[in-house]
Amino acid sequence: MTTPKIQLIDVHKSFGPKTVLDGITADIAPAESFVIIGGSGTGKSVTLKCILGLMRPERGSIKVDGEEVVGMRARDRERMLEKFGMLFQGSALFDSLQVWENVAFGLIQGRRMDRRMARDKAMEKLSQVGLGPDVGDLWPAELSGGMQKRVALARAIATEPEIIFFDEPTTGLDPIMADVINNLIVKCVKELGATAVSITHDMHSARKISDRMAMLYRGKLIWVGPTAEVDRADNAYVDQFIHGRAEGPIQMEIRR
Amino acid sequence: MNVLAAIGRVFLGFLQYTGRLTVFTGVAVSHCLRPPIYLRLIARQMLEIGYFSLPVVGLTAIFTGMVLALQSHTGFARFSAEGAVATVVVISMTRELGPVLAGLMVAGRIGAAMAAEIGTMRVTEQVDALETLSTNPYKYLVAPRIIAGLLMLPCLVLVADIIGVFGGFLVGTYQLGYNPATYIHSSWEYLKPIDVISGLIKASVFGFIISLLGCYNGYNSRGGAQGVGQATTNAVVSASILILTSNYILTALFFNK
Repeated sequence: MTTPKIQLIDVHKSFGPKTVLDGITADIAPAESFVIIGGSGTGKSVTLKCILGLMRPERGSIKVDGEEVVGMRARDRERMLEKFGMLFQGSALFDSLQVWENVAFGLIQGRRMDRRMARDKAMEKLSQVGLGPDVGDLWPAELSGGMQKRVALARAIATEPEIIFFDEPTTGLDPIMADVINNLIVKCVKELGATAVSITHDMHSARKISDRMAMLYRGKLIWVGPTAEVDRADNAYVDQFIHGRAEGPIQMEIRR
Repeated sequence: MNVLAAIGRVFLGFLQYTGRLTVFTGVAVSHCLRPPIYLRLIARQMLEIGYFSLPVVGLTAIFTGMVLALQSHTGFARFSAEGAVATVVVISMTRELGPVLAGLMVAGRIGAAMAAEIGTMRVTEQVDALETLSTNPYKYLVAPRIIAGLLMLPCLVLVADIIGVFGGFLVGTYQLGYNPATYIHSSWEYLKPIDVISGLIKASVFGFIISLLGCYNGYNSRGGAQGVGQATTNAVVSASILILTSNYILTALFFNK
C-alpha cells in the first residue's frame, strides 16, 4: 500500500468554547484531487490551515509524505511548505508587487532564483492561465476579480508544487469565469501530476475538479467517497447540501 | 466586587499584551540578526521612513527652534539672561526636542502606516500567502522595518537638530536682534558631544519602538477594516507612550549623575 500524500488522524481544533474540527480523519492519495464540501463556517479553511501549519490543532496527527507536521520546527516547516502551492479565496495577491513579481515570488524568495529567470518563468505561467505578457507589468489592483484569481493560480503553480490547495476557487466569480477557473485547475493539476485538495461549497466546481469528495459538517467528515457516488450517498445532510435545498436536517438545526 | 474583577481583567490583559509583545520582540530581533537579510526591502523602508519623513520632521523642527528662541528670550529677559538663548536652543534641540518630536511625528506617520499595511495584509490572507510561499513573515515584513527604523531615526534627528537650531538662529538674529556671529559662537561654545550623541541614541531606541509596535499591532490585527483601524490607533498610541517613557529613562541614564 502506498503512503498517503496527506494523512489526517483524529484532528481537533477549537477557538475558545467553539469546536471547529471534532476528530477529522482522512487519507489523501498521491496525485488525487480531493474536495471538501460543506457550508460556511464548518471548518473547511481551518482544515487547510492546520495542514499548512498556519494553525496548530489541539489534538491529532497530520502527516505529509509520512512526516508529522503538527509541532514541526519552523525551519522544517519552511522546507515542508516548499511542497505546497495555495490559491487563496480572496486571491491574496501582494498589493505592493507587480503581477509578475507576485507569480515569481516563490521562485525568487523561496528558491532563490535569479530575478530575470524568475520573470521569464512567471510570464510562462501567466500564459498557462490564459494571461498575456502585458498583464505581468500591471498591479493587482488594476485587475478584475477573475484575472486576480488566474494570477493567484499562476502563483500557486509557479514553483511546480507536489500539493496544491484551492480555497473556494470560484467564489465571487460569474459562472463562465468560474468554469474557466475550474478548467484551469483541472489542467494545471493534471500537467503537474500534483495532489490537489480543494474546499468549496460550489457543487458544480466540486464535481468538475474532484476525484473524491468529503462533506464536513459540525467539525466531522460525515461522508467520504468517489465523486461519481455523491448522488447516491444515502446521507440526508449530503443530499440536502448537493441539491441546495432549504428544507432538510441542516436547516432544521440552524433554526434551533 | 465588579470593580475588582474589572481591575483584575485589565491587569491580566496588560500582562498578556506584555508577554506577547516580549515574545514578538524576541523573534523579530532574532530574525534581524540571522541571514537572509533582504537588503532591497531594507532600502525601500529606509527611503519610506527617512526620506519621505523629512518634510514633516523638518517643519516640526524649524518651528520648534523658532518658538524656543522666542520663549527663552522673553523668559530670560526677566532676569537679564538673554545671552543664554542660543545655548538653551541648541541643548534643548539636541538633547530632547529633536529626538522626542521627530519620534512622535514619525510614530504618527510611519507607525500608523506600518500597522495599516501589515494589518491589511493579515486580514486579506497575504501574510498566510507569504508563509505558503516558504517566506518567513518576520524576516520579510518585520525585520526590514525594524532595521530601517533603527538606522533612519538618528539620521532624521540629526537633520531635525540642525534645522531646529537654524530656526532659533533665524528668530534670534532677524527678530530679536542678536549678532549672528555671537549667536553661532554661543551655540558651539557650550555644546558637548554627549548632547548630540545622547539624542542620536534616543532616536535609535525610538525608531526601534515605532517599527516594533507598528509591526506588532499590524501583525496581530483581526477582523477586517475595523481591526486594522484599531491596530493603527494602538500602534501610534502605544509607540507615543513608550517613546515618552523611554525618553525619561534614557535621560536619567545619560544625565542623572
